[in-house]
Amino acid sequence: MFLHVERLTKRFGGLLAVNDVTFSVEQGKINAIIGPNGAGKSTFFNLISGLHRPTSGTITFKGRDITRLPANERAKLGIARTFQTTHLFEQATVMDNVIIGHRLRTSSNLFDAILRTKRHHREEQACKEKAMEVLDFVGLTHVADRMVANLSQEQKKRAAFALALATDPELVLLDEPAAGINPDETEGLEELIVKMVEGGLTVCLIEHKMSMIMKIADRIMVLNYGEKIAEGTPEEVKNNEAVIQAYLGGSAIA
Amino acid sequence: MELFIQQLLNGLTVGSVYSLVALGLTLVYGILHIPNFAHGALYMMGGYVTLMAMTKLGMPYGIAIVASMAAVGLLGVLMERLVFYPLRNAPPLHDKIAAIGILLFLEAFAQFVWGADYQTMPTPYGDVVTVFGFTLTIQRILIIASAVIIMILLYLFLKKTFIGASIIAMAQNREGANLVGINTNKVAMLTFFLSGSLAALAASLASPINLVFPGMGHLVILKAFVIIILGGMGSIPGAIVGGYILGFSESLGATYVSNDYKDIIAFAILVIILTVKPNGLFAKEGR
Amino acid sequence: MAILEKRRLWLAALIAAAILFPLFVANGYYVHMMTISFIWMIAVYGLNLFAGYTGYLSLAHAGFFAIGAYALGILTVKAGWPFWLAFAAACLLTTLIGVFVGLVALRTKEHFFAIYTLCVGYIIYLIIDKWDSLTGGVRGFIGIPAPADIGPLSFQTPVAQYYLVLFFLLVVVWIMHRLVYSLTGRTYIAIRNSEELALTLGISTMKNKLASFVLSVFFTSLAGALYASFIRFLGPDIAYVSVMFDFLTYLLVGGIGTLAGPVVGTLLVTFLSQQLQFLQDYRMLIFGPVLTLLIIFYPHGIAGGIIRLKARRSEARRLQLEATQASAELAAASRQERSERYAKEG
Repeated sequence: MFLHVERLTKRFGGLLAVNDVTFSVEQGKINAIIGPNGAGKSTFFNLISGLHRPTSGTITFKGRDITRLPANERAKLGIARTFQTTHLFEQATVMDNVIIGHRLRTSSNLFDAILRTKRHHREEQACKEKAMEVLDFVGLTHVADRMVANLSQEQKKRAAFALALATDPELVLLDEPAAGINPDETEGLEELIVKMVEGGLTVCLIEHKMSMIMKIADRIMVLNYGEKIAEGTPEEVKNNEAVIQAYLGGSAIA
Repeated sequence: MELFIQQLLNGLTVGSVYSLVALGLTLVYGILHIPNFAHGALYMMGGYVTLMAMTKLGMPYGIAIVASMAAVGLLGVLMERLVFYPLRNAPPLHDKIAAIGILLFLEAFAQFVWGADYQTMPTPYGDVVTVFGFTLTIQRILIIASAVIIMILLYLFLKKTFIGASIIAMAQNREGANLVGINTNKVAMLTFFLSGSLAALAASLASPINLVFPGMGHLVILKAFVIIILGGMGSIPGAIVGGYILGFSESLGATYVSNDYKDIIAFAILVIILTVKPNGLFAKEGR
Repeated sequence: MAILEKRRLWLAALIAAAILFPLFVANGYYVHMMTISFIWMIAVYGLNLFAGYTGYLSLAHAGFFAIGAYALGILTVKAGWPFWLAFAAACLLTTLIGVFVGLVALRTKEHFFAIYTLCVGYIIYLIIDKWDSLTGGVRGFIGIPAPADIGPLSFQTPVAQYYLVLFFLLVVVWIMHRLVYSLTGRTYIAIRNSEELALTLGISTMKNKLASFVLSVFFTSLAGALYASFIRFLGPDIAYVSVMFDFLTYLLVGGIGTLAGPVVGTLLVTFLSQQLQFLQDYRMLIFGPVLTLLIIFYPHGIAGGIIRLKARRSEARRLQLEATQASAELAAASRQERSERYAKEG
């Protein structure tokens, strides 16, 4: 099993954000998580990437129990993620932002930095090359030296993708990548996501844009009020009673 | 045994003052997530305003306290509007530095206007009474009684009134509260007003014993921070319980361990607690 | 390339000016003031490393400054250690204490961290103040020797001490420069930008924050030890929060999170304080609002403001370049299209 969560639950005081969810992410496929606002999707991602500790349940990745593993260790194992608001360093260039993405694969420390050892030089080169590579992959090479604050929303999203890709992940969690961008740009991102999977990655994404989900997702899980209410192929989910109910009349699944 | 109970009563008095100060601090932190480093300055101003009201304006003690609570409450509102509101979207680092700037200014102001000397606050409650064989000044009884009454009033206010509920709602989710129509600005101002008033009350009650001087806020405010970290930032019961625990520890520590180092007790407790539980004792499970 | 050369030139000019300063300024008072300024700068670089690059406000640094100073004093005067051994030991001891404080403090979240360090700073002050058998308490600690000779170099005169302190300052600046442009420096900045994002990128925030904290304590202790040996007299007030706020003001005016900030801010504020001596009584009255107004309206300080201005200008230039290129390409493309059309028609 690639990524598997078993009876995952997260409680915030009196609020049950994620309730007893069991789900498997299929390797090499595009897995989607949908659900009305407040359904617990982002919390679910936070649990997988390690920013929250689950109240109960387990998470296994590539056969290893990662439930107690801190977030940065999970990144080293190959889980990368993006955020709804990109969290990029606005006052720095795209290149400066993406270079740090490969840092987890390097081991030079304070002394290496101050004394400019060969190791530091080597690793700095590696990070730069990786950055150029991922920027090329997402199509942002031409704005590598632009300040992030001056990018369009879509470019910022692509930059966030690049940053995640620079960590050399196996699983990429995308949190509402198409939020705030127009239909043309959405198509561009769809292509990018498909390209990522064709290159061997596994993608798990949260989205509200149903057209996008229906077009590219291989499997979908539906959350409502923190619980899993449906799971399956786009066709199966589209016609699922509980899902239609949750979205109040099914008008959202168009 | 007698000494022990005497110290317990002392601890009750000291704890009451600490709790009042900590309450003001925790209210502001709970609602606005700002650790108001300038709270000590509000405490100090409270003492001075009461003193001035009594000596320059001839007000009786009780009225002077009320005037002080109002004045310092307004000062708190000013702080919120002029400094913390503009910084609401800035990194948290900026809030802290700005508060430090305010603290510096108010202390320098007090020193400039009223001088650096230790001043006494005349109180009509200096008489000593004997209760169950223990000697207490009425002032101390007043402190304890006022603190308890105010805490009960505050509790009722927060739980039973609409405004109180708004404060709690805003503490949980500022944007959400805004969306459901709660005027977050008004609530912020009100919170700061309450915070300032509580500090002024605490100072006015404690000054007859501890004197009035520009640096009077320092130790108290540091301890108040210790208290709210122990009790949980934003937790009202935590502030109250923590305040009394600290009050007792200090009283007993001063008598049985060492008077010189009694102030370190607070910080020693802080270090121990934070080492074991980095998020405080009563912290709500946020992560 | 041109900008780089200009910056190197500026740097060289500044260093030359610093080296030549005591030779041209006969007034010993000014040399003394500059030396003190250099000492403050070293301490402020310490603060800057942690607050400016890693993003956490430590309010304990005045305490570490004091420990460095008192450690040197106690080891030389009371324990009779040779100067430079005591100097190294003082810095090491303070840094070790910094490691322990950091280990506990850094597990706490932002606000807690500031409060915790504030308390630590206050504890240090209290201990220095009350433990008068060791530190002299309120009466102060006197008789600290000037730096001992190293081979042929003697440091008994103010000018010699000036150069000694300048040497240390340059070393600190060099280390900072190396650090900031390195992978490690970038890691700290990433943590300051968003600790969540940094964690997600696999960065061990705890280890990095601790390293940054410990190095910053080291710089501060270095400043403290130099201070003790230069002023030769210590009082508990060097551990008091007002010193902390001085550091903060210098840093903010100069530009938090910049390389030049500590130098610019310290020079400017100490210079202004000197010139405005007659306002000495109102110093704190002015300091406070200045700090607050700065952080609200101009949080980037002088150096920070200049850096942003330069960045904006180069961005504007680049966008303009792209625009002209784009329109040139467009013009060329339409010309091409037209000639093709004529070729077909013709």
